[in-house]
Amino acid sequence: MSNTLSKLEKRTAYTLVLPAVLLVFAIVLFPIFANVWISFKDIELKDIRIPEPRAKKIVKSISENQSELKIIYKLRNSSLIQEIRNVRFQDKFPKDISPINLDSRCNFQSKKVICNFGNWEAKYRENFEIIIRNNNSETIDKRLIKSQKPILSGKADNPLLSTNFTLENFKKVFYENNFVELLLTTFYFTFFGTVGAIIFGILAAQLVNQNIQGRTYMRGILLFPYVGPVVALAYTWTLLLDPNSGTLNALLVNFNIIEKPINLLGQKYITMSILGFEFKLRLALTTVIFFEIWRYFPLAFLFILARLQAIPQSLYEAADVDGASPIQKFIHITLPQITAIISILFMIRFIWNFNKFEDIFLLTGGASGTRTLPINVYQQGFAVSDIGMGSAVSIVIVMLLISFMVIYFRLIGKRANEI
Amino acid sequence: MKYKSLGIFLIISSFFLTCILSIWKIMSTLQGLSFTNLNITQVFSIGILISLTFVLIGTKINHLIKIFSLSFIFSILYFYLNETSPYWYTFGVFLITLFFMHKLKKYGMESLKEDFISEKIIFDFITLFGIVFFAFVILFPFYIMLVTSFKTQIALLVNPLDFSLDFSKSLSELFKSYFVIFDTYNFGRYILISSAVSIGTVIVTLLFAIPAAYAVARLNFFGKNFLSTSILIIYMFPAIVLVIPLYTVFSQLGLRNSIFGLLIVYTATTLPVAIYMLQGYFKSIPKEIEDAGIMDGQNWFGIILKIIIPLSLPAIASVALYVFMIAWNEFLFSLMFLDSPKSFTLSRAIQYLSGDAETPRQYLMAGSVIVTLPVLFIFVYFEKYLVSGLTSGSVKG
Repeated sequence: MSNTLSKLEKRTAYTLVLPAVLLVFAIVLFPIFANVWISFKDIELKDIRIPEPRAKKIVKSISENQSELKIIYKLRNSSLIQEIRNVRFQDKFPKDISPINLDSRCNFQSKKVICNFGNWEAKYRENFEIIIRNNNSETIDKRLIKSQKPILSGKADNPLLSTNFTLENFKKVFYENNFVELLLTTFYFTFFGTVGAIIFGILAAQLVNQNIQGRTYMRGILLFPYVGPVVALAYTWTLLLDPNSGTLNALLVNFNIIEKPINLLGQKYITMSILGFEFKLRLALTTVIFFEIWRYFPLAFLFILARLQAIPQSLYEAADVDGASPIQKFIHITLPQITAIISILFMIRFIWNFNKFEDIFLLTGGASGTRTLPINVYQQGFAVSDIGMGSAVSIVIVMLLISFMVIYFRLIGKRANEI
Repeated sequence: MKYKSLGIFLIISSFFLTCILSIWKIMSTLQGLSFTNLNITQVFSIGILISLTFVLIGTKINHLIKIFSLSFIFSILYFYLNETSPYWYTFGVFLITLFFMHKLKKYGMESLKEDFISEKIIFDFITLFGIVFFAFVILFPFYIMLVTSFKTQIALLVNPLDFSLDFSKSLSELFKSYFVIFDTYNFGRYILISSAVSIGTVIVTLLFAIPAAYAVARLNFFGKNFLSTSILIIYMFPAIVLVIPLYTVFSQLGLRNSIFGLLIVYTATTLPVAIYMLQGYFKSIPKEIEDAGIMDGQNWFGIILKIIIPLSLPAIASVALYVFMIAWNEFLFSLMFLDSPKSFTLSRAIQYLSGDAETPRQYLMAGSVIVTLPVLFIFVYFEKYLVSGLTSGSVKG
């Protein structure tokens, strides 16, 4: 009895889980593996369109009573680089109509013209004509003829499925792509974005956790940047920071804080001198990092706040009895209580910032020293149109991610279960 | 000791006053007032004087009379020392000072002798300052987004700092950018597409996720542990590494530029987190309730439909809202898969608009307001559900 029940349970479980698993497999896991395949191929954006035979139908009248019509099919191979084999053509006609002087490649039977055009090389073009006549010398409806679309088929190689492999893409990624700088920029962005978001998150959580009026409103407002659409927020900031007519620069100039507007998003370096030491700051990258912090500190805030609210009040009361100062209370009570959540947040945010694409893309497009690995995937794959190279960069990202996750589960995987 | 804490009190409190008055001045500059100097040192020194008087007077006179008279004196001093300004500006200064004085209420010569008073003062004012700072930094861009959409290109070029709204204009003049983006740029269509994709994603995701989450939460089957860990791991993989293979496959299948293609991708990418959130909630439902259902002869589908779903409506609502927001805000896939304006989503349409350098910024901002408002509205209205959804392990973004 229990055996059949557990069998039934298993069967039900698989039926319930299978649709979701299949979908995730097709859209998430399959592409990750497909990347490996593509990254070893010399393939460009234009190669991925499978060539297909196309025909445009033009109908012309050649006799006065329109009992005869000339049909011109503009045939072509859609691909500029690949041939199509065994092209077959088929077009249907109304009854009582038959073609005259039909091309030798074609034959006419049961109201259909069927042709075998053989192989079409790349860029192939031909104007193919059929003259049709109504058997009873009646007028042929031109529109009816025109509305019938010819059907073409043919075989072509799919360059994606061929078995030519090359290591060229990876060579290019590591040697011709400023790889070290790319990696450094990515880590710089990821690390400071994460740390900044967590620091501001702690500050905000500490503020909202005090007994102030309207703290629920404050919590809501603090989450606005996180829930707003990235496109709208990025463009608003681009306008704010614009050097020519942006509000921020205009304000700073107006109050004589700076003399000339600074192009915060378009300038790679800015030279600063502090205490006589001059150093160069990655300006655009820093601005992007600040946007990143602005947008994602709310999340850190939310998690830390949830943790802070769970700290028993008695701990603080005991500390008051002992005569502890506010700073001592923060260091000795609050901080130890939130280290676990901070370490988890750090790892998770680190991985997500590492993958960040939209924010940088919308703010700078990867220019002025803000090119990170995800931006590079886009640039290689779609701006340079080198799909294989883009996939190779994706593989690098996946490899790095896997190593982060291994570190993550080693270090705090156990601790994550305690919370 | 007393003088040290008095000094700290004076400096910190005047610093705070200076900060909020500077923000007030900046906001007023954006209303078209032509200030060119923040007068930080001046404000700071009268701030110190006023705070000192406040502490010295102590409780000798009624608190209300004290704060009103001191704020009044401060505003008059401020008015004479500063550049010419309209009366509403000075009135604002008066209200801000009043608020500030009220916050000083608990300080007097006596309270400055308490233990750790300097630290407490610093903590108090950092809290106040922090709240003003965070609120300002967060709301300011949203404010600029909104007011820019009501301005005209010429007005912004003449004075980029004047964001004041001219209410004497007719409403159709004021909302001109919105009319233009709806008439010329077809935003009505994009709103429909975005809504269709987002709502569709929510429905399909729930259809797939509820059964799967139930199985993970309740049933025993081979590979269950593997499945529940891989859900989290899959969730860590970013959209950017999926984009190239999906792009190539979708191109060959003719799924690009189709809402259906977008729907599948959104569903698949939100499914892991939806399953994760739902199974956590399903586990918290007492098993006895289901046993009663089994006794009544219900099969698994009946249990899900008649017991699980009604009991976990709050969790389902929070998953639905969360998925809706992800789909509505999504940008990368819509950038990759849609290139015909016929099938743009709102986000993609705004990005397309910005690609043309000629597009006036107020149109761009009007579009941004349109895409932002629904999300903020949903968030404010359903904050409770969403926050619980956000904290239950979903940290994507």
